[in-house]
Amino acid sequence: MIDIGLGHYLTLGAVIFSIGVIGIFLNRKNIIVILMSIELILLAVNINLVAFSIYLGDLAGQVFTLFILTVAAAEAAIGLAIIVVYFRNSGTIRVEEIDKLKG
Amino acid sequence: MIAHSIFFYTFSIIAVVSAIMVTASKNTVHSVFFLILDFISISCLFIMIGAEFLGMIMLIVYVGAVAVLFLFVVMMLNVAQQKNQWFTGQQSSRHIPVGLIISTLIFFEIIIVIGGWKYKPEIFDINNSISQASISNTHSLGQILYTDYIHVFQISGMILLVAMVGAIVLTFRQRSGVKRQSYIKQISRERAEGVEVLEVQSNKGVKLDD
Repeated sequence: MIDIGLGHYLTLGAVIFSIGVIGIFLNRKNIIVILMSIELILLAVNINLVAFSIYLGDLAGQVFTLFILTVAAAEAAIGLAIIVVYFRNSGTIRVEEIDKLKG
Repeated sequence: MIAHSIFFYTFSIIAVVSAIMVTASKNTVHSVFFLILDFISISCLFIMIGAEFLGMIMLIVYVGAVAVLFLFVVMMLNVAQQKNQWFTGQQSSRHIPVGLIISTLIFFEIIIVIGGWKYKPEIFDINNSISQASISNTHSLGQILYTDYIHVFQISGMILLVAMVGAIVLTFRQRSGVKRQSYIKQISRERAEGVEVLEVQSNKGVKLDD
């Protein structure tokens, strides 16, 4: 318990990942919060990669964390642009009212 | 060792609580601020564990760019007043048990994988090992990022370029009624269309058509 090892970091990553998944499922009001939950999930993956990289002594994990960071930034920019365009066209971004695709 | 564990538990508790508040808080602006708190505490964990470069990059990229972008959009769309509630309406309460079941399943799957997992001894024979303690984390990352991973690095640059072009193309719009300066029009004006010489008779005046 006192000795912090790899398992502690992996557990922290698992907890944050699950909170992100809960956020995607339970949020029915605001699509921006869903994007933020996706950011939380990517953050949990980054925690796992960095913890493995440090404890195995392999730098590849940190390099791939850098690339995940890049993709997350690009995804946030594109997603927010799509949300802005949708809000301009339909006047709402509530998840319940976005039903144009009839899914 | 004691200080290490105290800092780990402090930062991870802050991270988990703020992650819960991101999804649960009623005001969207508050959830953006909790997202920023989450990123800051995770980057503190990264710095603590020995990945200083990634911790600093997390601060710059996530807190400085992504979270501020979220904040801009939330304030621009003025959705802070639309309350973000979990338990409203028949439509939404159907999804709550499904979400809870799926996320607890995922959580316990990950925990089982972590618990029943052993290292293979061969896994320590790797190329990109963190070799000397004298070289800093940033230095050793740069040494392999620009040599072994140069193609992936350039592809990630292309991804950022495509994302930038896509975001501009999506949100760009031409408004009507906006007066713009056009150099081509200004330069290509002739004397004939700008000036008209009239013969003014006394006590008559000039009729202008515009």
